[in-house]
Amino acid sequence: MADIAQLEDMVTQVRRDIIRQVHKVNSGHPGGSLGCAEFFVALYQEVMNRKEGFNMNGEGEDLFFLSNGHISPVFYSVLARSGYFPVEELNTFRLLNSRLQGHPTTHEGLPGIRMASGSLGQGISVALGAAATKKLNNDNHLVYALCGDGELQEGQNWEAIMYAAANKVDNIIVSIDLNGQQIDGSTDAVLGMGSIRSKFEAFGWDVLDVKEGNNMSAVIDGLKAAKAKTGNKKPICVLLHTIMGNGVDFMMHTHAWHGKAPNDEQLAIGLAQNAETLGDY
Amino acid sequence: MKTYTNTGNKDTRSGFGAGLEALGKKNENVVALCADLTGSLKMDAFKANHPERFFQVGIAEANMIGMAAGMTIGGKIPFTGTFANFSTGRVYDQIRQSVAYSGKNVKICASHAGITLGEDGATHQILEDIGLMKMLPGMTVINTCDYNQTKAATLAIADYDGPVYLRFGRPKVANFTPENGAFNIGKAVELTEGNDVTIIATGHLVWEALEAAKTLNEAGISAEVINIHTIKPLDANAIIASAQKTGCVVTAEEHNYMGGLGESVARVLAENAPTPQEMVATQDTFGESGTPAQLMEKYGLNAEAIVTAAKKVVARK
Repeated sequence: MADIAQLEDMVTQVRRDIIRQVHKVNSGHPGGSLGCAEFFVALYQEVMNRKEGFNMNGEGEDLFFLSNGHISPVFYSVLARSGYFPVEELNTFRLLNSRLQGHPTTHEGLPGIRMASGSLGQGISVALGAAATKKLNNDNHLVYALCGDGELQEGQNWEAIMYAAANKVDNIIVSIDLNGQQIDGSTDAVLGMGSIRSKFEAFGWDVLDVKEGNNMSAVIDGLKAAKAKTGNKKPICVLLHTIMGNGVDFMMHTHAWHGKAPNDEQLAIGLAQNAETLGDY
Repeated sequence: MKTYTNTGNKDTRSGFGAGLEALGKKNENVVALCADLTGSLKMDAFKANHPERFFQVGIAEANMIGMAAGMTIGGKIPFTGTFANFSTGRVYDQIRQSVAYSGKNVKICASHAGITLGEDGATHQILEDIGLMKMLPGMTVINTCDYNQTKAATLAIADYDGPVYLRFGRPKVANFTPENGAFNIGKAVELTEGNDVTIIATGHLVWEALEAAKTLNEAGISAEVINIHTIKPLDANAIIASAQKTGCVVTAEEHNYMGGLGESVARVLAENAPTPQEMVATQDTFGESGTPAQLMEKYGLNAEAIVTAAKKVVARK
């Protein structure tokens, strides 16, 4: 197991990468990205069994699908820091002719991306398909997916959630970024969903909570506990309690930075709160 | 004039079912998904022979398309099956993002297309699906004319790497193309040679076009009938060559005149060889309940309508 302090250093660097990406082009989604930094670092550095390099078919390795594609800054940063493409390429986020589109896509051939996402609610379905193919191919590796909590308002999710339980899909781990925020306000204010845990359980999923979704040890422990539960005829859901905007104080606990970039001054404050650890791109 | 023999009426959806059954044996990577319409789509044989490769998703088309896209990762070739309406309009965004934009090798197989779905009425009779699907970058759009051609197309699309929309229908119609004939995606098939008018037809209207050509021949009008089974990519060269020879064109399809084959042909001709054209198609309307034959007559989608259009366009030359 990697040293927790090293992983936390990577998280700090990823936070810098996130706010620098969105600041440069004055657009993008920093809030949800910051909240999921620990999750992505844990997944790619510690939890997933990955092969060197990138192959679209991903045979013999774990796969990950990002359903809420708007948190592309954290995805791009962690992919780059995990060796999928040069970190310097983060400079091209959202620019013309870039492989780092506003929302992730396979279309420009960016290594690490297996499916376009952005239009919400499609990731669990995609993950289920990939999981079915793994079983057909006798590939024992797992399929991970991440969805936003607000995203669960999309009906397609519940088609997929129903399918997974009915068909005992037990090689999939779906994490929900439970930050309680969406563009127009809190998820309760926009369209209250009640207990997401109860809903998943009622549909027949095995549900785990990671109460401290921005605590690296807690995230790793939670994902490993989820992994240990696979193969038991039930799909696994991890409720990841995160803080939107985590690590940049003025972006925390609010939906205000869901899709807004910091100005020069705000960037400087955010960077001051997150020391350069692995080197800026 | 070359003539064709109907070897016995058969439904195009059964051609799909037979093709899928053959594919199941031939290609281990072929998987099938269905949204509670296994019998209607004639997917029973594949399901019985390969239960491990058949996925019943229930009445949940969006999830079906997403799953199909995901299944391609690891090398499977998914064939989805439901009615044309639920294969396209209902899941347009899923197809757009997870299949077309993501460049996934999914075959969207759509039965009960068009007005010949019949008695179920307009909720189920999609007349806009060709337009919806041809608008998607990278999507191949195929509309087959009979049982044999549908079976051949089903086999052919498995060997093509990329997203495909395969459109076919419910009723039993003339089966006249060669059994086990070749199916070349994107290649027009010239059925009759003629000099006075080109009739470019797709799907169920191809047989009607042949019937129309016979009537026209008797009236001294020599019609060249072209079967366009692939609406995208369109065989522009074949269309231009024939239009330049005959000097006028009729297009015929079981689809709205907006967004269908007719518009695709008009674009090719406008850019390359402006030619008078008449469109046999529905006129921006929904369908209604009725038997397939009644509906084809009421909405002007039969041989008689093609004859009328041909005479009109010949007069416009």
